[in-house]
Amino acid sequence: MIRVALPAHLRTLAHVSGEVELEVEGQATQRSVLDALEARYPMLRGTIRDHVTQERRPFLRFFACEEDLSLEPPDTPLPETVSSGKEPLLIIGAIAGG
Amino acid sequence: MSKVRVLVGTRKGAFVLESDGKREKWDVSGPYFAGWEIYHVKGSPVDPNRLYASQTSGWFGQVLQRSNDGGKTWEAPGGDIKPGPEAMKAGASNKFAYDTSPETGKPLTTHQFYDGTQHPWEFKRVWHLEPSLTDPDTVYAGVEDAALFRSTDGGLTWHEFAGLRGHGTGPKWQPGAGGMCLHTVILDPSNPNRIFIAISAAGAFRSDDGGQTWRPINRGLHSLHIPDPTAEVGHCVHHIAMHPSRPGVLFMQKHWDVMRSDDAGDSWHEVSGNLPTDFGFVIDVHAHEPETIYVVPIKSDGEHYVHEGKLRVYRSRTGGNEWEALTNGLPQSNCYVNVLRDAMAVDSLDSCGVYFGTTGGQVYASADAGDNWAPIVRDLPAVLSVEVQTLP
Repeated sequence: MIRVALPAHLRTLAHVSGEVELEVEGQATQRSVLDALEARYPMLRGTIRDHVTQERRPFLRFFACEEDLSLEPPDTPLPETVSSGKEPLLIIGAIAGG
Repeated sequence: MSKVRVLVGTRKGAFVLESDGKREKWDVSGPYFAGWEIYHVKGSPVDPNRLYASQTSGWFGQVLQRSNDGGKTWEAPGGDIKPGPEAMKAGASNKFAYDTSPETGKPLTTHQFYDGTQHPWEFKRVWHLEPSLTDPDTVYAGVEDAALFRSTDGGLTWHEFAGLRGHGTGPKWQPGAGGMCLHTVILDPSNPNRIFIAISAAGAFRSDDGGQTWRPINRGLHSLHIPDPTAEVGHCVHHIAMHPSRPGVLFMQKHWDVMRSDDAGDSWHEVSGNLPTDFGFVIDVHAHEPETIYVVPIKSDGEHYVHEGKLRVYRSRTGGNEWEALTNGLPQSNCYVNVLRDAMAVDSLDSCGVYFGTTGGQVYASADAGDNWAPIVRDLPAVLSVEVQTLP
């Protein structure tokens, strides 16, 4: 079980409160977790990574275990504490704008 | 008694304002999609309970929303939550992908950027949604970077009319201050194959074959701020309006200049006449008088607020050139708001109602074709768009 914490606007869009829990087959990576997230909540497609390029949207970042994982390659395994469900993968929106 | 429903898009959500035919007392609901920019909300003329909304964000991109109950509840088409093995069968939600196929998308490469260099097309947001005149599941989307998309399945999947970007002048298009947006889509009620669109800053274009092929319709436009003032493309058209009974007559608010065409855009002539300034964004036509048109003059392109601190709608009953200021009920001192290009609309009740929203968050209504005005709401976020539905 992977835990994912979404920004507030995306929780509203996906009609969830609190963290999302996902089953991910195989290795837990940014890509496999986001694939599972978008499959479960299709309205989130395009909101975290671009529809066409699949790149992370520039005002979002990924954190876990107090580390910024945003620039890690998408197929790099996530930390064991995330893949085991001890810690959530945090999807954070930049604090910017009005 | 008839009713009106005003659909308001703002910088921080959508609002629905409803009244009976007297248009004196209003019920206000919202914000819907709180915190998101709602560029446009518009209803189907076939099924007034079918609404489409463009929900967008600098953080999270584009979301397309749809309502089947007049705005009470909303859904992202294709966004159904499908747990378990069914999950991957869910539709492609919110996907606006430019056509790059070898067959139809091959000429579509770059446009001119602010600095004059060529720049690849990058989807940013939907500016305008235009529901079909005949099918509630068909809707057109004008997007930034400028392109026209259509959905025929209620907003689930979108396909680009690649012939617009690909007809030849695309590399000369450039963004205006608000981005390179396709902001106006007009469907000809007398000819299902004819579509008009407008782009800042490329100009106006027309298709006569249902959107497959396009040509610029900018002859007569004169723009001092571009290298060739009468160029085929490059004009910053802000908005175009048409009366459905006379689809060959078009009215345009250009960056500067109010223009008119009597031949479906083949040629334009200026009708700014006695306006105090002919810069502005909105333009619209009275529901029952095709020669009565409305604009809101803005002081200049360097000062995006109304002239002399006075919020004045100008009305021409002669199709342009002769304009009268409409001020009753509107602030006439210390007012420095703007009225953006999609933020004016008319209802079709016997006494035509006119509505507009401001960047100061007011939505004003006139139930007597502009003679008298009153605010429906005063303190919304900055208004991006206003549409009106006249309901039985």
